[in-house]
Amino acid sequence: MTDVFIVSDNIITSLGFSTGENASNMTAGITGIRLISDESLSPDPFYVSLVDTDRLRGTFSQILDPEEFTRFEQMAILSIKAAVAATKIDFSGERTLFILSTTKGNIDLLGKNTGKNDPGLYLWHTAKRLGDFFRFRINPLVISNACTSGLQAVITGSRLIRAGYYDNVVINGTDIISEFVVSGFSSFKSLSTGPCRPFDSTRDGLSLGEGSGTIILTNNKGASKQTFRIRVGMGFSGNDANHISGPSRTGEGLFLVTDRVMKNSPSMPDFISAHGTGTLYNDEMEAIALTRAGLQNIPVNSFKGYWGHTLGAAGVIELAMCVHSMNNNVLFPTKGFREPGLENKLNVIDRVIKTEVNACLKTASGFGGCNSALYLFKT
Amino acid sequence: MTGYYITGYCIIRNNEASVNGKPVFSAHGKNTREFFTDLYKFLDSDYPKFHKMDNLCKLGFLSSELILKKNGVRTIFSGSDTGVILANSSSSLDTDRMHQVTIINRAAYFPSPAVFVYTLPNIVIGEICIRNKITGEGSFFIQEKLNPVFLTDYIRCLLDCEIINRCIAGWLQVDGDDCDAMMCLIEKTDKPISGFVNFEPSVIRDIYNLRI
Repeated sequence: MTDVFIVSDNIITSLGFSTGENASNMTAGITGIRLISDESLSPDPFYVSLVDTDRLRGTFSQILDPEEFTRFEQMAILSIKAAVAATKIDFSGERTLFILSTTKGNIDLLGKNTGKNDPGLYLWHTAKRLGDFFRFRINPLVISNACTSGLQAVITGSRLIRAGYYDNVVINGTDIISEFVVSGFSSFKSLSTGPCRPFDSTRDGLSLGEGSGTIILTNNKGASKQTFRIRVGMGFSGNDANHISGPSRTGEGLFLVTDRVMKNSPSMPDFISAHGTGTLYNDEMEAIALTRAGLQNIPVNSFKGYWGHTLGAAGVIELAMCVHSMNNNVLFPTKGFREPGLENKLNVIDRVIKTEVNACLKTASGFGGCNSALYLFKT
Repeated sequence: MTGYYITGYCIIRNNEASVNGKPVFSAHGKNTREFFTDLYKFLDSDYPKFHKMDNLCKLGFLSSELILKKNGVRTIFSGSDTGVILANSSSSLDTDRMHQVTIINRAAYFPSPAVFVYTLPNIVIGEICIRNKITGEGSFFIQEKLNPVFLTDYIRCLLDCEIINRCIAGWLQVDGDDCDAMMCLIEKTDKPISGFVNFEPSVIRDIYNLRI
């Protein structure tokens, strides 16, 4: 079977504009989640992780006019550009596919009265603008599967390479903070009263975040002839078939996908990067599912305490940090976690650990009862 | 020889519905919402959750009932070997606009979880899975227009790798008055029965272009 490698990545969040800068800040124990008061986003102050607007515009203006591109596009372009520049692969041909993963795209345009049918509201149009900018030949694909979008995009990309349709897949996941999204999660009463505390006994909700992540997959059959270390293993998605907005009480969907991934993987993972939003029910659901899959003793973390829940970008951003963990043999603590607060105990990582990291399991769950899991390992 | 076949398909558009090429229901002069309610009653589905759904979910639910009911009896494909792979061009924009209305000014600020939950296109996958107890692969793709080659390639890839054994696949578009659905049931079988239709991009295109 064709091997699929992760060859390049980038993360843009409140903690930095590269994967390395994010990791340095995480190592220093810094969170990008802040209490903000901004009437244009919410009537009440709330905790959120925002990408620094001045830095975004400043960095973007070095390559293009920020007035010509939306906030969403600026983040996505900077992230893709950084990841593409870090490889020797030629992406110009018909063997490269671009996948955009997002839940809401330029949804902020809906509140700006730019016209009922502003093309910027259509996700395929947004993807096409990004794809055209990078001169990707093939029509881009958009995946919008709620909070599993990013991970599902990587799973889909790896399948299309294995099936022989493409040699390279460039995956970008981006979502921005908007009044639209803040008001919705607020109406669900799912926002935390402080920076989110995944798996902690005092956790009381999620913190939203924005950001952009890019992951580039290749079978390395092109002309680059580079040596790559991180291989993409099996990944699956599955549905709880239980409720459209509440996590399953039995963790059915997440159990099914993690169990299936592990049955198709060469060894136990050295750590699990969980979804870990910090809501009461999500975190408990994950603990139930991982316990059912026999993974309760594997070290597990959530990255949400650093840059919040970045929705459709989360799977890509968090998987990029998993790659960093593997390449640097370091496990990051779950920011916000202090004392165990789950009925089903998990082995939550609470400090920086330097250790050999040869394999990783990444999971995600979202509205609509969707769940995804993916295995990464070193060659 | 094992092959992949389209064992059922439906179209819903212009206030009409057809199954396997045969018109089964029409209700002209109604708006989209009223038409969906009439079609729901015609299908005799007895599923009160239907009335809570947004229009995209109703369209997906009705399409799935049309292809899964044979002689009035719903075929059960519960479990993880059935996939639901859907696409459209406007995501959940129809309901996004409804949520936006609830936050447009501070004097009348009343965002509702009952609306907001439908501002994701993949919720319809969840609704179809809940109805049929399907726990298999699900993905929602956003594309400018129906791309039969991509859908066929991707679903073949899932079937070839035995990730799933059958797939509910379709195009579900609701954007204001633009309502357009095509849904197919694709099954892996070694005993092709006459009347089964080959799972090919050209066939998907022909089905989509059928006049009711």
